Amino acid sequence: MEGMRFEAPESVDAAVSLLAGASGEARVLAGGTDLLVQLRADMIEPELVVDIKRIAETRAVTEEDGGYRVGAAVAGAELKEHPSFSKTWPGVMYAFDLIGSTQIQGRCTLAGNLCNASPAADSVPAMAAVGATARIAGPNGTRDVPVEEIPTGPGKTSLAKGEFVVSIFFPKKAANTGDDYLRFIPRTEMDIAVVGSGVCLTLDDSGTCTAAKVVLGAVGPTIIICEEAANAVIGTKVDDAAIEAAGAAATAAATPISDKRGTVEYRKKVAGVLTRRALATALERAKG
Amino acid sequence: MSKIHVTTTINGDETEFLCEPEETLLDVLRETLHLTGSKEGCASGDCGACSVMVDGRLVCSCLVLGAETQDREVETIESMAEGDNLHPLQQKFLEHAALQCGICTPGFLIASKALLEKNPDPTETEIRYWLAGNLCRCTGYDKIVRAVQDAAAEMRGA
Repeated sequence: MEGMRFEAPESVDAAVSLLAGASGEARVLAGGTDLLVQLRADMIEPELVVDIKRIAETRAVTEEDGGYRVGAAVAGAELKEHPSFSKTWPGVMYAFDLIGSTQIQGRCTLAGNLCNASPAADSVPAMAAVGATARIAGPNGTRDVPVEEIPTGPGKTSLAKGEFVVSIFFPKKAANTGDDYLRFIPRTEMDIAVVGSGVCLTLDDSGTCTAAKVVLGAVGPTIIICEEAANAVIGTKVDDAAIEAAGAAATAAATPISDKRGTVEYRKKVAGVLTRRALATALERAKG
Repeated sequence: MSKIHVTTTINGDETEFLCEPEETLLDVLRETLHLTGSKEGCASGDCGACSVMVDGRLVCSCLVLGAETQDREVETIESMAEGDNLHPLQQKFLEHAALQCGICTPGFLIASKALLEKNPDPTETEIRYWLAGNLCRCTGYDKIVRAVQDAAAEMRGA
């Protein structure tokens, strides 16, 4: 790490200038719960680290167009204390809260979980399921993209040089909408998802599902948007047969690897089980 | 590369130090400021032995850069006892023999204090989940949980 520079700019433009002007690898520091581990393990040797926590836009949770804009440096413990976010999106908050210990929750961020681009990131399927978008600042201005377009593979993102995520926007929740996220780990705390499933569905006044999104985590190099599973419940009353079909679609769509944490067969089966259970909970939440 | 000059508040005292850009808060506390109560266990945010409070949040100081703490408020285990008067948690950890080798203890105490400030009457389950990021290889955790429960009761005046 010889010659690493540390900067803590106070504006988005200043951060972009620093990141764009770096002569070598530049890294963004929000909560640091992945970055510091990688630094200390010599997995990365950046020329520049830019701490974005002194930029006002990254530190706030604001209501916008009936939805929420969550700054890229808002920690899990902070979002959990927000008066209404977790009531609106309990699945997203549950997924975020699953990450690490109390100490990690004091620092870890949604944007960091997204940009670290781990296939097993808990919050990413949950954010994608509810239609969250990332606001990216860069040398050419800002752009908003669906969160699922950020990670492109393990540890890799679609962000260009000089770009960073400033905030994540959760759009206004439609009436009769519910979300959920479930993951499987072999213990109850402090572990990384073997399989994760984030879901969101919307019902009309008669209880028929009009929109749904099912997103699988940890069963491929990136999250998997499982349209077949969503289509299995759209147009139905989300009855047992529809939920069963959605689970089967999730099992079919999962493309996991076998490793010490689970075999392909096991992970595919669990993807179906978690999707069924998450849909059942999301349905209850949608009904209010 | 020149060192970074940082001014911050540590245990209520305005403190200045110089650090390398890549130096962690834990290293600054231990090596530069000689506040050696915070321990390094894993250096990867898994064990909680380096737990401190930064701006009122429980964090692992091994996952914070020293340079990040400019104008922050840091609280370490050194602030817990008032002179010779132990904090109730410290006293109960002694009474319940909730430590053996002691390396994890500062982290457990800081984390437990943060819990009781937020939740003065936690259930055993809440205590165990809150402390899941603090690892102890000696005690098996049971005595630690009992000590926290007992301290909580005393602090509530029960």
